[in-house]
Amino acid sequence: MRAFARSVWVVTRKDILIETRTREIVFTTLFFALACVIVFAFGFVREGRPMDDVAAGILWIAIAFSGTLALGRAFERERQGETLRALLIAPIDRPALYLGKLLGILLLLAVVEIIIVPLVALMFQAPLFEHPLLMLGLLITGTVGFAAVGTLFAAMLVRARSRDVMLPVLLYPITVPVIIAGVRGTAALLQPVADLPMARAWLSMLVFFDVVFVTLALWTFEPVMTE
Amino acid sequence: MTLDFQELRLVDVTRTFGRRRALHKVSLTARAGTITALLGHNGAGKSTLLSIAATLLHVSSGVVQYGDVSAHAGGAALRSRIGLLGHDLYLYPELSAAENLAFFARIYGLDSVDARVDAALARAGLTDRRDEPVAGFSRGMRQKLAVERALIHEPRLLLLDEPFTGLDEAARSALRERLKVAREAGAIVLLTTHDVAAIEGLTDASLLLVDGKLAA
Repeated sequence: MRAFARSVWVVTRKDILIETRTREIVFTTLFFALACVIVFAFGFVREGRPMDDVAAGILWIAIAFSGTLALGRAFERERQGETLRALLIAPIDRPALYLGKLLGILLLLAVVEIIIVPLVALMFQAPLFEHPLLMLGLLITGTVGFAAVGTLFAAMLVRARSRDVMLPVLLYPITVPVIIAGVRGTAALLQPVADLPMARAWLSMLVFFDVVFVTLALWTFEPVMTE
Repeated sequence: MTLDFQELRLVDVTRTFGRRRALHKVSLTARAGTITALLGHNGAGKSTLLSIAATLLHVSSGVVQYGDVSAHAGGAALRSRIGLLGHDLYLYPELSAAENLAFFARIYGLDSVDARVDAALARAGLTDRRDEPVAGFSRGMRQKLAVERALIHEPRLLLLDEPFTGLDEAARSALRERLKVAREAGAIVLLTTHDVAAIEGLTDASLLLVDGKLAA
């Protein structure tokens, strides 16, 4: 178990090291998410007043779109020098490789969310911090569910010629339940009187999705990565 | 868990991709302390054969044995005894030479990582440039680093795909010497090339692949 955890950390640490050196993915992802929120703000804020119930949808759209960009770039890096082959031949468990990449992407999306959530709260006058623990729970579980499937698909498509097109085509239909649960759970918190039981119900559903998606991804990663 | 073997044996190995047959009933044996060259034109099946030997590809039919162990049975313990150098070198250009070597040493679960990295950099003649990003290295320097990356865990089986491509004569000579050292250490070296001059006086056996079949 210690060797497994060490392998996960070695892969994640390498991704963090490369990203701190290039800042390529974090800047492009963050810029994309910011642009997304600002464009929606132009469309849905009139005379300083946002339309009702749009903040939750815009927050999760920004996370999903920027997350897709991050997923594609994270594996493009492994494709350019064919380093993925070197990782696949290394004596680490393939699920450790999957979890290492997933953890790197989650850290990246966490950075994006730290910027995006206050921005959405500000531009759409959304009380996202009134129930911070529930909001944090929705963000963590929603992001894990989305990235768990995305990491598997991005790895599968790394050698495909049309991977940039195929990733969103495959990813969004599968992760629709996660995005819906994230949006509905966040919307429940943003009601004039927060619907806490409903938010907890959606949070429970996200936990269920996470367990299913991560388990399936760990189970299928080895066979899909062996040609 | 450690695993060791003294020979790589392929028996009637066939590999197809859809309707295209990349390898057809290829049989060969490579023993410890030998260098075997796989010659052939582009598309002859050399890289496919190396990928199979590296456990990255399954065979469509036939048997691949590492001593008494198959790729499936050997798993991670077998992979820990294989070193692979591809045409793409498998290096992260954003990382320095030392960071690349340290990463792969840790992935292989090696101890004394710093000492191994220092020794590998010294063998590659890159000690002075250890902290520079690989992106700024010449092809020859990257090739030397990639060879040390493939050898850092002292593999029993060393697989090299077109290792002499793009190297000048000095770099070729250095690579030949490095491969001789690996052979003397007991490695089974299997390399592909279409450049016969580069391997003159180096190999113990040469096999010619033509359209996926062994011709000699």
